[in-house]
Amino acid sequence: MSVGVESPPIRPVAGAAPPREEPIGIRRGGWFVRITVLVIVLVWLIPTIGVLVSSFRQEELVDTTGWWTAIPHLFDVSEWTLENYSLALDTGGFGNAFLNSLAVAIPSTVIPITIAAFAAYAFSWMEFRGRYVLFVVVVGLLVVPLQMALIPILRLYTQGASLYGRQLFPDLDLGGTFLGVWLAHTGFGLPLAVYLLRNYIGSLPSSIIESAKIDGADHFTIFWRLIVPLSVPALAAFAIFQFLWVWNDLLVAYVFLGGTSELRVLTIALQDLVGARGENWHLLTAAAFISMSLPLAVFFSLQKYFVRGLTAGSVKG
Amino acid sequence: MSDVSTSTDDPGTGEEVAGEAPTGSGSILWVTLLRIVGALGVPIVGFFLLWATFDYLKNEDANRGLVVVVAIIVGAGGVFVLFWAMDRVVDLLPERFAEGVRPYVFVGPALVILAVFLVYPVINTLLISFKDANSDSFVGLENYKFVFTDSDMLTAIRNTAGWIIVVPFFGVGIGLAFATLADRLRRGEAVAKSMIFLPMAISFAGASVVWNFIYSFRPEGFGSNIGLLNGIMVGLGQNPVSWLDQQPWNNLMLMVIMVWMQTGFAMVVLSASIKAIPEEIIEAARIDGASEMQVFRRIIVPSILPTIAVVTTYMVINAMKVFDIVFVMGNAELRGTVVIAERMITWFFIRNHNGRASAIAVVLFVAIVPVMIWNIRRFREQEATR
Repeated sequence: MSVGVESPPIRPVAGAAPPREEPIGIRRGGWFVRITVLVIVLVWLIPTIGVLVSSFRQEELVDTTGWWTAIPHLFDVSEWTLENYSLALDTGGFGNAFLNSLAVAIPSTVIPITIAAFAAYAFSWMEFRGRYVLFVVVVGLLVVPLQMALIPILRLYTQGASLYGRQLFPDLDLGGTFLGVWLAHTGFGLPLAVYLLRNYIGSLPSSIIESAKIDGADHFTIFWRLIVPLSVPALAAFAIFQFLWVWNDLLVAYVFLGGTSELRVLTIALQDLVGARGENWHLLTAAAFISMSLPLAVFFSLQKYFVRGLTAGSVKG
Repeated sequence: MSDVSTSTDDPGTGEEVAGEAPTGSGSILWVTLLRIVGALGVPIVGFFLLWATFDYLKNEDANRGLVVVVAIIVGAGGVFVLFWAMDRVVDLLPERFAEGVRPYVFVGPALVILAVFLVYPVINTLLISFKDANSDSFVGLENYKFVFTDSDMLTAIRNTAGWIIVVPFFGVGIGLAFATLADRLRRGEAVAKSMIFLPMAISFAGASVVWNFIYSFRPEGFGSNIGLLNGIMVGLGQNPVSWLDQQPWNNLMLMVIMVWMQTGFAMVVLSASIKAIPEEIIEAARIDGASEMQVFRRIIVPSILPTIAVVTTYMVINAMKVFDIVFVMGNAELRGTVVIAERMITWFFIRNHNGRASAIAVVLFVAIVPVMIWNIRRFREQEATR
């Protein structure tokens, strides 16, 4: 029941040709296989390449000719420009949106992981009444889709909660604040985080924890000095999944943070630009790439954990 | 469950068992009270700390960069410090209480947050779904009647059904085909798989921009067509087509975006499980004269059937909740591309009708629960056999 200890033997990293014996004849690496794979890869890449190429073209060219017409002039420096990027970052407000995305995504990743790791430790290695029942309840909450929680939480943020005219929960004015978004992402991410981390932490050998206790370590020390370092693979996998999920999220940001130009995150800024009158293709392409830059960097540098995290994330509600 | 609890037979923490045991009604009350306080401590103190910080920053009119840095430091580091502080506070308690209270300090914050952000909302949404637009008075089943009679809602339900069928079918189909073929490559398997997987890292909003560039249409006299599809049409001497206005095919055009994004996921997971099939079985079949197609149908597919099931459910759930693509592409009502999750946001945010939005959410919830339960079960089985 562990995620990350022995995740599937995925080797999408370079140089991973399987060390198997060569079977007979054309079966391996035949022309049919090679061409089909190549065609699918090309079809998959073309949309992204189109945007990438366009993002470096001059405004009037983007607007008047198809991006494919630029390919023959690939090495003609005068065709290309960085203008779109500086425009998008500056006047387009995407620099600001990038900062906002960071401010939303980093705490929205760290807070749930911290809280979930403590809870997972308690569920695995501490003795208390209702331990099993509470854990089952937490796992059960995995089935709740985000949509089910949006309306009440937004009302809680903007009006507080009251029952028969009595204020039970104060109006905290959290709509349109980072704090409100963090808490929402924390709540939505917690069931999965607790579940995965509990599976991992619970499967660590009990002998090491016992010997630490005999040496006089208290729970906090065991957690911090022993459990956290040992759980790095699981923590990293979940962290990457949650980070990308938050970074790429439009719904939660849209509902709780809103679209003011000061607070909006990248996904909302993109959506605004798509919806805006007049096709700002040159801006749009650069903006799209700005929003993709971080996920792609994470993807290429942490591919191993990335795959694990996504596989594990397939049970997110 | 693989946990072996150790504290009972451990001399160092024998006290905590004493703390749990009922030693008298007075101390039970105390311990319970302390547990509640312990559980609430981190979330409440943490919340107000963060809140005060941002209130201060708001008043100071600080620049964005500073706010962001403070947000990251306070948000990311603060929670851990709070746990540490609460643990120190528990240390100050009399020893027979301390170990009875400590677990609740560890597990409490998670439970409190879940109660506020998931348990309460579910109950509240159910309740609101029986109320009117502003949640003032009960209207009975009115909102549910709306969900199943409104023409846009019916279109949305039909479209979502289409998403649930088309996206997993093509996602898993192409993913499986690609995984099988890539497995046979002599070189470049890793690179090829990365390229298919790459769109998975992009947001739905980003993907919509990317695909806008494929589907873009300009009528004659409004400049040349810069969308790839219409570029091809013009190149072939045809008239450009307004792809996203072709009902009902425009739904399919949007589904293509999701297939493009999620095939990589299916492919990577399926590929891992294909590689786990013992090579001897496949070799034996080949020696017995099985064709490649037979090997695929009789050995590979049956061996990885459980994985196919998990991947398919995952994609079904995602397709049920699809919102971003339709929302970002815009004009959903006019184009007839509405889906359930998008209707919910439209009614909630744009039309301000809490009752209807909640009823839509409840319908979505009821549809998802069985699939999700099944998915969690399968996931656990898979994890257990790993």
